[in-house]
Parts: sequence; structure tokens; C-alpha cells
Amino acid sequence: MLHEPADQSGKACASAYKTRLGVRMFLLYGAVYVGFVAINVIKPVLMETIVVFGLNLAVVYGFGLIVAALVQALVYNHLCAAKEKELNGSCGQGETD
Amino acid sequence: MAIVIFALFVGLVLFLSFYLARRTKSSSGYFAAGGNIHWSVNGISFAGDYLSAASFLGICGMISTVGYDGFLYSIGYLAGWIVALFVVAESLKQRGKYTFADALDSSFNSKGIQFAAALSTLVVSICYLIPQMVGAGALVTPLFGLPHWAGVIMVGTVVIIIVATAGMTSTTYVQFLKGGLLIIFSAILVACVCIRGLSTTPDRVAPNTDRLPFYEYKKLAATESNGTLIPADASYSVSGTYAGGKIVKLRKDGQDILFSKLAENGALVLRETQWKSEKAGGALWVNGAPASEENKLRPVGHLERIQGKTGAEVTTGSLSPFKLLAILGDKDTTAVRWKKLTFADGEDTVTAYCQTPTPGNEVLRPGLKFKVEGTGMDRLNFVSLMLALFCGTAALPHILIRYYTVPSPACARKSTIVAIAAIGFFYILTLFMGLGAMTSGVLNLESNNMSAPLLANSFGTFLFAVISAIAFATILGTVSGLIVAASGAVAHDIMDKLFDLKLTDHQKVFAGKATAIIVGVIAIVLGILFKGMNVSFLVGWAFAVAASANLPAIVMLLFWKKTTAKGITASILVGMSVALGIILASPSMYERYGLAAADALVSLDNPGIISIPASFVTLVIVSLLTQNPKAKTA
Repeated sequence: MLHEPADQSGKACASAYKTRLGVRMFLLYGAVYVGFVAINVIKPVLMETIVVFGLNLAVVYGFGLIVAALVQALVYNHLCAAKEKELNGSCGQGETD
Repeated sequence: MAIVIFALFVGLVLFLSFYLARRTKSSSGYFAAGGNIHWSVNGISFAGDYLSAASFLGICGMISTVGYDGFLYSIGYLAGWIVALFVVAESLKQRGKYTFADALDSSFNSKGIQFAAALSTLVVSICYLIPQMVGAGALVTPLFGLPHWAGVIMVGTVVIIIVATAGMTSTTYVQFLKGGLLIIFSAILVACVCIRGLSTTPDRVAPNTDRLPFYEYKKLAATESNGTLIPADASYSVSGTYAGGKIVKLRKDGQDILFSKLAENGALVLRETQWKSEKAGGALWVNGAPASEENKLRPVGHLERIQGKTGAEVTTGSLSPFKLLAILGDKDTTAVRWKKLTFADGEDTVTAYCQTPTPGNEVLRPGLKFKVEGTGMDRLNFVSLMLALFCGTAALPHILIRYYTVPSPACARKSTIVAIAAIGFFYILTLFMGLGAMTSGVLNLESNNMSAPLLANSFGTFLFAVISAIAFATILGTVSGLIVAASGAVAHDIMDKLFDLKLTDHQKVFAGKATAIIVGVIAIVLGILFKGMNVSFLVGWAFAVAASANLPAIVMLLFWKKTTAKGITASILVGMSVALGIILASPSMYERYGLAAADALVSLDNPGIISIPASFVTLVIVSLLTQNPKAKTA
């Protein structure tokens, strides 16, 4: 692991696609997050409802938000990598992994 | 043995620092690790950097006293990475070289932006540094028996040595090491909690003291007639009432004991408390006798009822993680939490710690700290907190600077994913660690910041020493990252770009290291001054300020073409000022000032719901007013 001067990133071909995808996925997650906050503000007792394995909605929703973040991140990475590979040749200066 | 393990850890960190120092030659290497750290290493380093004292000590501590409300911080902190990954990470990498100020200024070359962004980095870094140093002081006291200031000076000195010698490079590897070990040993601790299971009579365990059997607190029935309290046990007589009747002093055999008065299942119950009396002459008494090494507040934390079963020696045996949570969240399980009441008894100031039986269904949902069923302002505070946590991560300068330690936007993306996985897993563990501490007879009534290490202590000195050393390294890693970010702001953004001093690479590195020393000393002083302050509360400051000052500027720069330099500058300054202003005028700070919380200028404790929109609106308005179709220079 050498420590050379910082690379200057070249032109990112899939930049527009990744930006649009990122915003959509952010909005999707944001909606789920807002739902969590809304339930707690409007009807917090609902969080006591037993959902699965004896766990209540608060725990399931909370864990769900954490797991959903990772799942969405993996999906995002997969789609971005695929698009970068597709556009690599036509762009001429691909991004390195 | 604890000290030996601790010393080995610190020695390893210093060794890494000096060994890798030889590889740092340029300012790029100093500030951004040469841009060639592998994304997997950087991802764990992200986690190590992010999982600060607030995450490990503060969240676990909060969960151990107020249950699920502490876990809200875990959820909010983790959700913030979504903003970082989907909105900020790759676009930011395309724009800057060393710092987020560079990214903001990449299209403008504006002195205003350089100044505002550098100031914001410094302010946020200092806000984030304070709880780390306070956490360091809290750690050192039970481990070494040293005072708070000694722990603060130890951390500050070690970090200054690391940062001044090697800059970003070794902090990356320090944080990689710290992050990995924190997650591994937290998982081990959770496994221990599950294997031990739950009990209604856990032993009392505290560092450097013998393990003692469970203390059976007295519980008396009572009735009230014509305003007179009558204990069912006639051997007790009432000798005083305090705090509006909530505290009752009963005398038996010439000894006074404080009880709290509660209504349980329609009947009056008196529960024995623990209490400290600060006498008029300055002496301190604990539980009715002079304080000493043998007479201290007892460690607490137990379940009074487990799924309807009460009495001594009710145990569950080993449990799966889900079964543990199911039992703790059961309405027929009762956890005994403790609340503090302060009042005067003649010339003495008394602090009583009162048992508060809480059913499991209330422990494992929001409401014990954040009154989501309270007034409109209570709910607004909750929403404001969740907003600040969600928006704060992507705006933290010491996190943003890590995007430059990998060679490409794709690597920045992968780093963030690795970080999310590691951090998410850790945050799930915090729920188990916090609840384990709540029910294991280990809690310190005067401070909950040490709940996780104290839980480890209940499984043996070795685990306690390792966890404490990791927590110490946690603080080392975070503090070093913050100081590097702050030194970058001063040396690179202010001296080199703002004042245009045209420094050589060598001079920039020297300026960075000198700044690191100065900021380190400031952090030491503030960490001593803010002793006793709640760690998570202070980090909430940093998140709110970062979210208000930095995020609107970053997001609008990336997504709105009409953003101007003046708009960004104004947005940062307004966001930072409004956030800090609300915090300093909040009920919580008024209590710190020694004033009544009800007299606070602002009723909000969390400024996000006002300061974040204010920053966005300022940016839009100022940008529209300063549109320049020909050039975008300030």
C-alpha cells in the first residue's frame, strides 16, 4: 500500500445515471425512514405490536431500517458497476475499482 | 492485568504511527493518505472513524437507562449513511482533492466559501472533539483510578503524537484496527450476554471491587389517611417528606432510610432508594453513612419480573438474541430503572436515586426519554433530532475527508458500503449491549457512559480491560481523524488558499502538524472543562451543526445549477449560527448554566428542524439574488 499523490479522477461516464439512481434510492429509503418517525409521533403505541419471533414493531422496524440500508447499498453498487462497465468502452476513460 | 493490556494497545497504535510515518512525504499523503488506500480498508476505517465514544459508550449508556430511545440514535446515525452514499459520495470525489471545502469551492474559487467552509470544519470538529475527550476521562477513572483530567491529557497527548508525526495515513490504519476490534469484541460481549441469560437477582459487579450478591431493596406497602402516610410495617416511622411528597424518610432502629413513594397497581408502595447527601460543611454521605472506599453507591440494574415470574433466583438460562429481546419487550417483564431527584434537607443537598419499575413493552419502544406521547414541542424535539441525525453523517468533515483516501468514485462507493455493513452490524449489537447492561447489576448511577465496559466487567477483568482499551482506541481514532480534518481546514483551506500564502508542500505539512498540536491542546482543555456532560448530547450538537452548515451547501451545489458562491457562503454561516444559537439558548444548556430550564429562550433542545431549513432557504434566496450569468467568482 504505497502512498502516492492523490489520483485526480477522470471523466465519469455513468455519472448522470448514478446520480439519478442515487436520488431515487435516497427518496425510497427516506420514505421508509419518515414512516418510522411518523408512527412514533402519531401513534407510538403501535410500536408495541408483536410482529414476528416475539419481537415488536419498534425492534423489527429499527432493525429493518439498518438492514434496508445495506441491501439498498448493495443493489446500488451492483447497478452502478453494471452501468460503468457498459459505458466504459464508449467513454474511453473508465473508473478503476 | 487491565493496565498491561491497555498499555499494549496504546503501544501498538504508536508503533503503527511511527512505522508508517516514513511513507508520508507530501501534503497529499499527509492529508488524504495519497488517495490509494484500498476500499475495503477504507470502509472499515470509515467505521472506525465513525464509531466514536458516542456510539460505543453513549448509545449503550443511553439504552441501559432509557431503553429503545437510545437505539433511536443508532438508527438515525446509520440512516445518515444513506444520504452519504446515494447523494454525496461519488459526486464529491469528482470535485475535490483534500477537503470538503475544496469540493464546495471547485467551481467558484471564492474566498467566502473557503473561509466559511474552513470555519465550519473547525467548529464541527471541536464540537465532536469535546465528547470524545469527556469519554476518555470517563474511561480512565474506573480503569486506573485516575481523575478525569488525567484521561483527557493521556488521549490528547497520544493523538497529538500520532497526527503530528504521520497525518492521515496512520490514522487510517489506526481506525481500521480500532474499527475491526470494536466490532469483534462487541459481538463477543453480546454472545456472553445471550449465553448467561437473564436473572432477577444478578450479582453486583464494579471494577476493582469484589463481586457482591444481589442487594434486595426494601419494599413496603403503605396507606395514606388525612394526608398522613402510614407504612404497613409498624417498625418504621415517618421522619420527613421531600420533593413534594415523592421522597419519604423512614426511621427504624435509629437509622434513617429514604424511600420513594409510588402508586403500583392501585396501591401505595414505598421503595428503598440510594442517596447522596452533600453536607453543609462539605462532607459527602452515601446511603446514610460517610462516603468511603467501602461505602459507595451500589451498582444497579435488574429485572424484577421475567414474563410474569417474580422472586429470587428466577433465571432464563441461555437465550437466542431474538428470544432475549422478546422477553425484555414482554409486558409481563419488568425492568427496574433509576431516576434522580435532587432536593434540600435542611442545609444538606440530597440526590436520591429512585427505583422506577418499567414494563418491557415500554422499555422496547420510544417514549421513556423522548416523550413522543407528550406535547407538540416534545414531538417536534423528537422529529428535529431524527432529522439532524439523518442529515448529519454526510456533512461531517472528518467523514467527508475519507472520500479522498481512495483512488476513484467507485472505490468511494464500495468503501461506504463496507462501512454501512460494519456500522449497521455494530449498531444492532448496541441494543443488546445496552439492554444487557440494564439488567446485569453493573450500572453506575452517576454516569451511564461506562455501561458497556461495566457490562464487560461482569464477565471478567480480561474482557473489561480489552473493551476499555478498545474504547480508548475508539476515542484515539476519532480524535485523530477530527484533528486531521481541522488541521487540513487551517493549513490547506485558510493559509494556503484563503490567504494565498503559496506554501510549498513541506510548509503545508508543517503548518498542518502545527495546527494539529494547537487543536489537540484546545481539545484537551475543553475535555477537562466539559467533564460530566452527556456524550451523546454533545455529539448531537456536532450533527446538528454539520447538518445545518454543510449539508445544504453540498446538496445544492451538486443538484442546483443556480447555486452561487455567495449563496453557499451565506448558507454555511447561517446554518452554523442558527444551530449553535438554538443549542446555547436551549433548556438543556440553561440547566448547564445553573438556570431554570423553563426560562430558556428557545424550547427546542434539537435545532435541526429550524436550522437545516433555514440554511437551505438562505442558500436559495442569496443564490437567486446573486446570479451572475458571466462568471461565478466571488
